[in-house]
Amino acid sequence: MTTYTRSDFQTDQEVRWCPGCGDYTILAAVQGFMAGMGVEREKIVFISGIGCSSRFPYYMNTYGMHSIHGRAPAIASGLAASRPDLSVWVVTGDGDALSIGGNHLIHSLRRNMNIKILLFNNQIYGLTKGQYSPTSEMGKMTKSTPAGSIDYPFNPVSLALGAEATFVARTIDMDRPHTQAILEAAHAHRGSALVEIYQNCNVFNDKAFLQLTGKEERVQNRIDLEAGKPIVFGPDGSKAVVLRDGSAVVVDRSTVSDAEILVHDPTRSDPSVAFAISRISHGPYGPTPMGIFRDVVRTPYEDLMARQLVDAQGKRGAGDLAKLIRSQGSWEVS
Amino acid sequence: MTEETATLDSKVETLELDKIVIRLAGDSGDGMQLAGARFTDASAAFGNDLSTFPNFPAEIRAPAGTLPGVSSFQIQIADFDILTAGDEPDCLVAMNPAGLKANIADLRQGGTLIVNQEAFDERNLAKAGYASNPLTDGSLDSFQLIKVPMDTLTKEAVKDTGVTGRDVLRSKNFVAIGLLAWMFNRPTEPTVEWVNEKFGRKPEVAAANLAAFRAGHTFGEVTEATRVTIAIKPAKLAPGSYTNVTGNTTLAWGLIAAAQAAKLPLFYSTYPITPASDILHELSRHKNFGIRTFQAEDEIAGVGAAIGAAFGGSLAITGSSGPGIALKSEAISLAIMTELPLLVINVQRGGPSTGLPTKVEQADLLFALFGRHGESPLPVVAASSPSDAFDVAIEAVRLALKYMTPVILLSDNLIANGTEPWRIPDVDSLPDISVPFTTTPNGADGSYLPYMRDVQTFARPWAVPGTPGLEHRIGGLEKEAITGNVSYTPANHQLMTDSRAWKIKNIENDIPPVAVMGDEDAEILVLGWGSTAGSIEAAARRIRRREKKVATAHLRHLNPFPSNLGEVLSRYPKILIPELNSGQLRLLLRAEFLCPAEGLNKMAGQPFQVNEIETKIMEMLEA
Repeated sequence: MTTYTRSDFQTDQEVRWCPGCGDYTILAAVQGFMAGMGVEREKIVFISGIGCSSRFPYYMNTYGMHSIHGRAPAIASGLAASRPDLSVWVVTGDGDALSIGGNHLIHSLRRNMNIKILLFNNQIYGLTKGQYSPTSEMGKMTKSTPAGSIDYPFNPVSLALGAEATFVARTIDMDRPHTQAILEAAHAHRGSALVEIYQNCNVFNDKAFLQLTGKEERVQNRIDLEAGKPIVFGPDGSKAVVLRDGSAVVVDRSTVSDAEILVHDPTRSDPSVAFAISRISHGPYGPTPMGIFRDVVRTPYEDLMARQLVDAQGKRGAGDLAKLIRSQGSWEVS
Repeated sequence: MTEETATLDSKVETLELDKIVIRLAGDSGDGMQLAGARFTDASAAFGNDLSTFPNFPAEIRAPAGTLPGVSSFQIQIADFDILTAGDEPDCLVAMNPAGLKANIADLRQGGTLIVNQEAFDERNLAKAGYASNPLTDGSLDSFQLIKVPMDTLTKEAVKDTGVTGRDVLRSKNFVAIGLLAWMFNRPTEPTVEWVNEKFGRKPEVAAANLAAFRAGHTFGEVTEATRVTIAIKPAKLAPGSYTNVTGNTTLAWGLIAAAQAAKLPLFYSTYPITPASDILHELSRHKNFGIRTFQAEDEIAGVGAAIGAAFGGSLAITGSSGPGIALKSEAISLAIMTELPLLVINVQRGGPSTGLPTKVEQADLLFALFGRHGESPLPVVAASSPSDAFDVAIEAVRLALKYMTPVILLSDNLIANGTEPWRIPDVDSLPDISVPFTTTPNGADGSYLPYMRDVQTFARPWAVPGTPGLEHRIGGLEKEAITGNVSYTPANHQLMTDSRAWKIKNIENDIPPVAVMGDEDAEILVLGWGSTAGSIEAAARRIRRREKKVATAHLRHLNPFPSNLGEVLSRYPKILIPELNSGQLRLLLRAEFLCPAEGLNKMAGQPFQVNEIETKIMEMLEA
C-alpha cells in the first residue's frame, strides 16, 4: 500500500470556487481523509453532475468524471456495477441530486449500489446565480422567487431514509474532524452511502447554517448522534430526545427519566426511528441532528450481480458462442 | 402462384408451387404469433426459404373480437431465396369475424380462406361491424372458403387430456396449424418436438395442444377440406447451417460476439421499451458469458450507467426506441465530449411520441444523425434484415472502440420481430476488434495526456480506473487538446470541434465502398437503407423479369457515407429512394451531393409491398 499525504490528492488545476466558499473546506477534508483511507489512488473515482460542487473531480488527483446535470448517481452506478474493485464517490449538490437528479438518487440508494454520495447542501443554486433550490426554505426571496418561495422543501436525510438507504449521515463544512469521521464510516460501509454536507454559499446564501455554526447557536442547536448513547444536547446536556407517539421530540432533560431518553442505534434494521430523528428539524433551523442516522448491512447490488454471473458459470459453464447461436434449432443445407 | 402442374380429380392432389404467402389472423389472445412461429419452424426445418412479418397491436389483451384487437402473422415460404414476407396472402386463416374483416381486403382473388365458422356468431359479427354473416351472404364467393368448426374440434380433441374450463379453447390455434400442416405438406415433427419441450412441465397442456394439432391435420385429410394440397420444395440456399431467429435475437447475439471479438466484458444497460426489450431479455439470459445487464430506473440512467461502465473499461451498450433515445440525447453528447466508446441501439417504431409502438417506421434517421445539442457528430449504422443485424452489431462495436466514440445502430420493428433463415457464421473467424487499454504514460514528462490523439484514427487513448499513474479527469466541459484540461479558449474550441468532426468523417476510409447490385448500366438506381432492403431487391427482380434494367444499392453506413457514394449517385440520371419516412435519406443526399433523387415514402406503420416499389420504378422508367 502506497502511503499518501493530502498533497498527493491535489491536482495542478486552479481551484475556481468563490473565495470563502464552503467547498474549499470540504475539499481539504476529503483530500486529507483519502490520504489515510487505505485505498490506492488509482482505484478511486469521483463522479459529479453539474453545479458548483460538481467541479470537485477536477481538483482530486484520482480518476474522475464531471458529467451532466443530475446523472452522476446513474453513471456511478454503471461504473460500480461493472467494476466492484473500485472505490466510487459521487459529489453532488442540492439542485443536482434532489431536483433534476432526484430519480437517480433514490434508485441508487434503494439498490444499495456501493457508491458514496456526498451531497453538498447549500440550499441555493449557486452556479446559475441565486435561484431557490429544492432545499430552500418556504418564503425564501431569490431572483426567481421575488415574492418568496412557495415550494415546500425536501429534507435530504428523510428522503434517503425513505428510499431505505443503508447508510445516511449529515455533517457540516465547518467541522473538518466530524466530516472526516463521517467519510471514514461511509467508506467502511458496504453499499450506498448518502452524506448530506451542510455547505455555506457565502455569495448567494450566506450564513444559512448559522444556527449550527454560530458560537452560541451551535451549543443550543447541534444534536450530535452517537451510536449506543442517549441523545442529549444543549448547554450542559440540558436537552434530550424522546420518542412520543412515534415522533422524536426534544424535551428538557430534567422532565424525563434517563430510561426515557432515546438511545441512538443506527444499526436498527427498521428505518422508522432514524426517520423520526430526521424529522426533529426540517432543515438547519433549531435543534438539528448531525452524525450517522442509519448504518445497516445489506448486500450491495454489484455483489449480487457478480454472484449471479458466477452462479451461471457454475451451472452452465463459461459461455460458448458457437453453441448459443445454434440453441434455437438449426438445419443443414449442403 | 406459378408452376401450376397438377390436375384436379376426385381425390386430393398435390400441387407444387415455388412460393406461397400465408397469413394467420385472430384476436391478440388467440395465439396467432405462436401459431405463426410453429408453422415457420416447420417450414424452416423442411428447408424452405422464408420470411415472416408479425403484426400485432400495442395492447397486451385488446378487447376481444374487435378490429383493434386483431393480431396477425404473415409468412412467405419458397423454394428459392425470397426477400420479403410477401405482399398479398394466397391463404388467410381468420379465427374470428374481426380477423376476417381486418385482413380480407389483402387476400388474393381466388385465394384460400380458412375460417373458424363457430366464431361467426351474432355477437362477434356485431363486434366486428358486420351487418350480415359474410360466410353465408355471398360476399366471399371469389375465394375458396373452407369453414372449420374449430371450437368443436378443439373440445373433442382435448376432452381426455385433463385440460378443463377456459383452458380448453386455448389449443384452438393448434387446430389451425394442424390443418395448415396438412394443406401445405409441412412436417409435423418440429411442432410435436416443440410442444413436448415447451410444455414438458405441464403434460396436460402438451397433450391438449398435440391432440388439437392432430385434430386439425385429420380434419383436412378426412373431409378433404381442399382437393389440392400445396407442396413447396426446399430452397437451394447457400450451403451451411441455418437457424430461424428474430432480428432482436441476432442483434443480441451479435453484441455477445462483438464483446468476445473485442475481449471486453459486456455491460447492457437500458429501460424496457417496445420493440427493443427483447434484446435485454436475450442478453439477461446469458450471464455465463460474463454479461452484466442493468435495468435502470429510466432511459437516462440506462445510458448514464453505460457511460459509467465505458469509463470503467466495459463494452457498454444501451438500447431503446425513438422516445427513449430522445431522453438519452444529452448523455450521448457527453459520450461525444468525453470520447468514450458507447453503442446506442435504436429499434425504431412509428412516431412521434408514443406513436405506433408495435409498427415499423424508419423516421429516426435524421434524429440519429442530428438529434443532439451542439456540433455532435457520431457514426450511424443500420441493419437491413434480421440476418444482417448480427454483422452490423459487430461493425458498430468495432467503430465505437477503434474511434472512441458513441455509435448509433438503427434497427426497426420489422427487423426486430421478423425472421428469416440465418446462415450461422463460423465464430472462430470473427475479426479481432480489440483495442488495448493504455497502461503507460504518453506524455514526455511521464504524465498522462487523455486527449493526445492517435495520428491515424484521431481517437484518444482509453485508460481505465485502476491503472496506476494514469489518474485523470474527463467531463462535459470543453477539453483542451492533448491535456484534456478544461478550456474555454476560442482557438481550442474551434480545434476540438474540427477534431471531433474529422475523426468521424475519416471513418469513410475504413468502411467498404457502396456496392451497386444488378444492372450497373441501368438508367435508374434504387437506393435504400435499413429494413426496406428485401422489398427493394424483390422489386428489382420483378423489373428485370419485365426485361428492364435497374441498379440497386443499400447503405449500411449512414454516417459517414461510403466515400464513393457521390460518384455512384452521379452515374445515374434517375435515383429512387424508398423509405418508411417522409424522405430523410433523400434530404441528406440532396444536400450533400445535389443529386436529383426522388422518394417513395410510406408512413402507414407497414413495410413496403414489393408492388409499390415496382410500380414506382416503372413510372420513373417510363417518365
